[in-house]
Amino acid sequence: MAAHPLRLKNPSPAEQEARKIVGVNAETVTNVSSTDFPHHYPGEDHAWDKNKFQESFQVQFHHNKPFDASFSLIGIDASVANAFRRILLAEIPTLAIEYVFVNNNTSVIQDEVLAARLGLVPLKGGKEGLLSFLKWFKKPEEDAPAEEQFSKAYDYNTIALSLKIECTRNENAAPGEKDPHKLYHNAYVYAKDIQFKPFGRQLKYFSDDDAIMPTNPDILIAKLRPGQCIDVDMHAIKGVGSDHAKYSPVATASYRLLPTITITKPILGKDAEKFARCFPRGVIGLETVTKEEAAQIGSGYEGHEGEKKAVVRDPMKDTVSREVLRHEEFNGKVKLGRVRDHFIFSVESLGQWDSDEMFLEAVKVLKVKCEGLKKNLADMTR
Amino acid sequence: MSREAYQVPTVAPTPGRDAFQAGDGPAINYLCGDCNSKVPLKKGDPIRCKECGHRVLYKERTKRMVQFEAR
Repeated sequence: MAAHPLRLKNPSPAEQEARKIVGVNAETVTNVSSTDFPHHYPGEDHAWDKNKFQESFQVQFHHNKPFDASFSLIGIDASVANAFRRILLAEIPTLAIEYVFVNNNTSVIQDEVLAARLGLVPLKGGKEGLLSFLKWFKKPEEDAPAEEQFSKAYDYNTIALSLKIECTRNENAAPGEKDPHKLYHNAYVYAKDIQFKPFGRQLKYFSDDDAIMPTNPDILIAKLRPGQCIDVDMHAIKGVGSDHAKYSPVATASYRLLPTITITKPILGKDAEKFARCFPRGVIGLETVTKEEAAQIGSGYEGHEGEKKAVVRDPMKDTVSREVLRHEEFNGKVKLGRVRDHFIFSVESLGQWDSDEMFLEAVKVLKVKCEGLKKNLADMTR
Repeated sequence: MSREAYQVPTVAPTPGRDAFQAGDGPAINYLCGDCNSKVPLKKGDPIRCKECGHRVLYKERTKRMVQFEAR
């Protein structure tokens, strides 16, 4: 038999949409894995194609504030979306306190605990200085003599900070005062008490509004009582989240899949109101059944003109609590699901980056990784 | 069988803590656990605060810088 020319089947658009939906049932989740890869459907072409991707890929912004951005990536595989999320958490460099030199600490909080707390304080500063001027600090060898440990700490790789504070009695406090804030000076040590000590060229990049300072000035670091003091110097350096969580540039970076709600049979009257109450506010709306709809035979609206019917308004707001599946009266009338290739990202920055530019940086990091892989593959085949 | 009676050791003290014989060395400052006053003590002095009679004394913190990693 002569070989047939390869004829490619094309699934209908409805079929293509249906394949994208993850089914969410009362106790099970179905159709979880993506199937858009070669040889899964016989006779269909699912080879990854750059042009096809370029045409179908979409980005939609929901809100974009410096410390909180939310956007959708549509038409991307979970592996790539997850790579971006993980890069956001662990591989974007930020500045954090790494070395703490305790000259004196007579507070009740131990030196090592104090050091750990200081390390976790998020810092912010001038973007240009942080991103282009500041370089990596190469950690000294474990067995390096003490005097050589910081011989390579220069203005372009180390930010010097200090915290010097002593608690004293407030002579002007009212008799019988109980509030430590009024009774003493500096009874509470806050992140805002950390002083930036610029040196070298740092003044050029980190002055006035661009100075290195804690993003959240009111983080409580320690509590003091009269006579106690804390006197520490600190070195902040650049690092990545995979080394320690204090270097993570985000408070959270997460995604969820877009929920879908499909009403398969009309839900009317009192049921519609109950149906709406099964979802967060704004997800389900109520509309009146029109004359035309009621006139349509087989629509399920016959004889219900003027009654309320439930319609899906904004599935994005749904939490997919599945509450609706617990009620008998909605049995078989609704299908819940999620769109497998619609990722709703939420990125909350800690101050050193704007949330949106941080995501672009994550894309850049992944690109650099891919280029490295490509180069190594080429070396391997040579 | 009766146990052997305790005998006062007569051998020379071994190097280490036993060998530490500062004599009437300089007074070391301690802090009273009750009134927080400084209590200078010499070797053999009773461990007792001179101000309030409290019997718990603390060593002063080192004046040296101590380095930590913030982890």
